[in-house]
Amino acid sequence: MSAPRHQIVIADTAETYLCGEDETLLKAMERLNRKGIPVGCRGGGCGICKVQITAGDCLRRRMSRAHVSVEDEARGIGLACCLLPQSDVTLQVLGQLRAPVLAAQSRWKT
Amino acid sequence: MALSAVLRPGHVGLRVLDLDAALKHYRDSLGLIETARDAQGRIYLKGWDELDWFSVVLREADAPGMDYMAFKVLNATHLARYEAALKAFGCKVECIPAGELAHCGERVRFDSPTGHVFELYCEKEVYGNGMGRQNPNPWVEGLKGMQAQRFDHCLIYGDDLDGTVKLFREVLEFDLTERVMEGDLMVGAFLCCSNKAHDLALIRHPEKAKLHHVSFLLGSWEEVLRAADLISMHDISLDIGPTRHGITRGRTIYFFDPSGNRNEVFSGDYTWYPDHEPITWTTDQLGRAIFFHDRQLNEKFLSVVT
Repeated sequence: MSAPRHQIVIADTAETYLCGEDETLLKAMERLNRKGIPVGCRGGGCGICKVQITAGDCLRRRMSRAHVSVEDEARGIGLACCLLPQSDVTLQVLGQLRAPVLAAQSRWKT
Repeated sequence: MALSAVLRPGHVGLRVLDLDAALKHYRDSLGLIETARDAQGRIYLKGWDELDWFSVVLREADAPGMDYMAFKVLNATHLARYEAALKAFGCKVECIPAGELAHCGERVRFDSPTGHVFELYCEKEVYGNGMGRQNPNPWVEGLKGMQAQRFDHCLIYGDDLDGTVKLFREVLEFDLTERVMEGDLMVGAFLCCSNKAHDLALIRHPEKAKLHHVSFLLGSWEEVLRAADLISMHDISLDIGPTRHGITRGRTIYFFDPSGNRNEVFSGDYTWYPDHEPITWTTDQLGRAIFFHDRQLNEKFLSVVT
């Protein structure tokens, strides 16, 4: 990989990994078999991998407005599958999969 | 009539974040054929063995998901009958003039208790499958990617599952082929207007109007495995599979388009007839109902929607 790589810190778990400028925060985490950011569609659509960048800069690919508002964007919130680091980055995880379904069958009692 | 006058799923309107990336995915990876574009910039595609002009309409938008799912009806008499019945049921019904979608006749658009938008229509121009209707060959050459034969069904998520199931069974004359029960509560419903295990499936979910997946038919399990190869070869976001569903018996693989809309390609189900008793699955056996090999529920598969 020729693109510069940057250190990513997931503040919630203190997990760190390297991510190239030309790949997304989520893709590098998955490629290195690291954990911390929940993985959903990987295309900016489902909102599962929502994070807040608390330090550093990222390029942003287009992502669903249903999950990231203009105000969110101004606060550094985005989907990790659409963020490409341009410096070292520290982030906090905002998105989550729901609790395991068998423990949460009440989810269906809407 | 043994089967419903609603013939089959006819088309699905999908929102995508990047039209070029979506076209590359649906045309070059799924192997759909691009058949039209319109003044709004929408792109129309079809599976190679579908005869009508299109079955997928892509539109660029700032959030992905499903705009509408449409069913083809046998003729104008039945279309008028269904339109009246939908109004009597309490649906908000709107007639969209012929030509609003290229090559498609008038569409009767209606809402549903789960918030999804559906359409009925009875006329669409024939594009053909490239083999003609006289002494045809069995398949066409030069196809791309997974070589999906047709748009087959959608699985949608919404809150008032009972309401939408009632609408499809009572107004549109669909059969319930399979259901998932949590005690007395129906949490999954598989509905059919034809001879298939499903033409439309619903899962109970707190939000309205969500899409779980759009499904396309392949010819064999071997083709599902070949699709799995292509998912890696084209670096497509894999969800789960190849595997077997207990529900519907489909042999399947799931993946995402570049905007996060989930796709399925699958092969095989069974022949449904309206005199069959529906199959019931209980949520204490839901692992094998959904993934017959792993027998484990997958939270991502259940939770990720657009």
